[in-house]
Amino acid sequence: MKKMIEVNEEKCTGCRMCEIVCSQKHHGRFSPSMARIQNFIFDDEPFYFSLCCQQCDDAPCAVVCPSSALTQDPDTGIINLKESACTGCKMCIMACPFGTMTFLSHTGKVQKCDYCGGEPECVAFCPTGALEYKEADLAGAGRRAQFARKMQKSQSVSS
Amino acid sequence: MNGWTGKMLRVNLGKGTVKTEEINPKTMKDFIGGRGVGSRLLYDEVDAKADPLSPKNKLIFAAGPLTGTSASAAGRYMVLAKSPLTDTIACSNSGGHFGPEMKFAGWDMIVFEGKAASPAYLWVHNGKAELRSARKLWGMKTNETDAALREATDPDARIASIGPAGENRVRFACVVNDLHRAAGRSGVGAVMGSKNLKAVVVRGTGGVTVADGAGFRKECLKVLKMLKDHPVTGQALPAYGTGVLVNIVNESGLLPTRNFQEGMFAKASQTGGEALAEKYLIRKKACFGCPMACGRVTEVKGGAFAGRGEGPEYESTWALGACCGVGDLAAIAKANYLSNEYGFDPISAGVTVACAMELFQKKHITEKETGMKMAFGDAGAMVRAMEMLARREGFGDILAEGSYRMAERFGHAELSMSVKKQEFPAYDGRGAKGIALNFATSNRGACHVRGYMISPEILGVPEKLDPLTTKDKATWDIALQNLTAAVDSSGLCLFTIFGIGAPEISALLARATGAAYTEQSMLKAGERVWNLERLFNLKAGFTARDDTLPPRLLKEKLPKGAAKDQVVELDVMLPEYYSLRGWDPKGVPTNKKLSELGLK
Repeated sequence: MKKMIEVNEEKCTGCRMCEIVCSQKHHGRFSPSMARIQNFIFDDEPFYFSLCCQQCDDAPCAVVCPSSALTQDPDTGIINLKESACTGCKMCIMACPFGTMTFLSHTGKVQKCDYCGGEPECVAFCPTGALEYKEADLAGAGRRAQFARKMQKSQSVSS
Repeated sequence: MNGWTGKMLRVNLGKGTVKTEEINPKTMKDFIGGRGVGSRLLYDEVDAKADPLSPKNKLIFAAGPLTGTSASAAGRYMVLAKSPLTDTIACSNSGGHFGPEMKFAGWDMIVFEGKAASPAYLWVHNGKAELRSARKLWGMKTNETDAALREATDPDARIASIGPAGENRVRFACVVNDLHRAAGRSGVGAVMGSKNLKAVVVRGTGGVTVADGAGFRKECLKVLKMLKDHPVTGQALPAYGTGVLVNIVNESGLLPTRNFQEGMFAKASQTGGEALAEKYLIRKKACFGCPMACGRVTEVKGGAFAGRGEGPEYESTWALGACCGVGDLAAIAKANYLSNEYGFDPISAGVTVACAMELFQKKHITEKETGMKMAFGDAGAMVRAMEMLARREGFGDILAEGSYRMAERFGHAELSMSVKKQEFPAYDGRGAKGIALNFATSNRGACHVRGYMISPEILGVPEKLDPLTTKDKATWDIALQNLTAAVDSSGLCLFTIFGIGAPEISALLARATGAAYTEQSMLKAGERVWNLERLFNLKAGFTARDDTLPPRLLKEKLPKGAAKDQVVELDVMLPEYYSLRGWDPKGVPTNKKLSELGLK
């Protein structure tokens, strides 16, 4: 069953904890520049949201990789990167429609989110529950319910 | 190094030079960081009798060892200098993301000396730093400065800057970072302006490491849970922001109203966090790594007070509201937006305007001096006064000097609600004797965050004390002041201590730095910092006579409410405070105490 990290922008407060616990787990330092997830804090029209790899089927990054370094796990759907095969050509960075493949200058290779192999660190530390790791077919349910409540309000007969 | 980076930038603005220096590891261990290490440098290098607005003063930006790590709310840094408002040591705390960015760039501290020949800003990109001309930025508000500097340097840079108020050396001008966060009090922004320093811009792509990754991670998850489970940090602050305090403090009878003439405000509930949530709140916002998200993104749409930004916080809500007799939340929000854009402390600004309103009420000044009506409750006048003081225009030039210098000028210094010339924050000491003692003894003048006695006395955290008694207040004050000094030095936000305490904070410090901090050694470091600040102030010429409160708090009884008929019995609490601190009856640390702390 495929899982995903569902990002609820309404719950996000722009604290960036997801970035630093990600880099700490994978690179041993608190460094947003080295994280596989990025928290966006827009002040013009207040909006906060985190983005990481969406583990696509027929992932464009995997399709374009000349050394077959990116493969999809048939059970989890996670796109795994075999670091030893990566040549640092950076084609996948341009192929990804979300821009969530990133380059690490200190290794000369790319990196991407792989849900920490099943226990995403960012989800463990997100203080508001804006990041949830769940089966993909359960995602969106919260938003549907939220919207249904809006419909309820609009049709309310009680004063 | 772990936690710490161990490095500081020394910038000589007069010579235009930038130098990297290593910080003494023993100093870091003994003074923790931030407030502690910054105060040590100030004490060692700045003549305590120097004119704060002269090139002899130094301006220090100091992060803590935890700043930039995954400890909850570990985003804080301090701005230190000798204060042009109080002439004491000044140490102003701020959140946002500037502190972590300094750490990611590789710096624990940045020290500015002297004065630039013309307006300049410092651009720090990882290990490289250079001074650049700020001629085109001089005169800009902080938000305009932020946008211009991102374009000139890096879209992801973090910026701390002054606005027109700092440039005009308003005595309570502040440093604003990340648009809406501020090192607010004591006029550190004026010191920055006096140095012709417009902004500090930082971009850091490195990172912070900790000594015991697994141990630190475990402690962080534990602390996160404790903060989420606590009603103040897990519910009240996220839902309503700091404004949640308005109704609580008003109902407890100590919300200073009309320049401390009363302790309750009839329109208080129209200005509280609940009202803000209902009328102007767009969403909540967090500082770096913080689960509390007390930040309020707000907008007043249309009308005379239209504007957008963040806040108002509890303190600004009160100073611009009840203290001035103003119950119009839109006006309060607008004045607060102006304080961020122009870069001045809304607490001192509000209390100074309130002082002017009382002088006006009692006809010690008239429209001849002010050029306008300055009556309590006049929201328009309060808002207009903000821009006037930031620009030092007309009567604003007098307001910009702060309430004490203004009231003294008109022959009524006793009407300045301040200690050591720094205006009180939002609590009437007659309604909580512990916070009153803290106001009198705080090393930077009247300040609530030096020893937040409101927590036990009014909120009942960690336990409920009777606010109206003097019993045990000295003991509590000292413990809180020492703990707070340690927290301010660590890089954690002070609000964490609603939900966690010395055991957790010392554990975080130990795992992060690898240094053998215990609960006791950390609190001792806090005590060390407090005593060092005291030594600076004594050298600056302060004595026990300055550990006092305005006559109103000592002699005039509160007229009504839960604290009706109360005054502050400072003469009872102060001697006990000195004694428990190990100071002589004149408030001077004894040799024994100084030896014990390694300050001899």
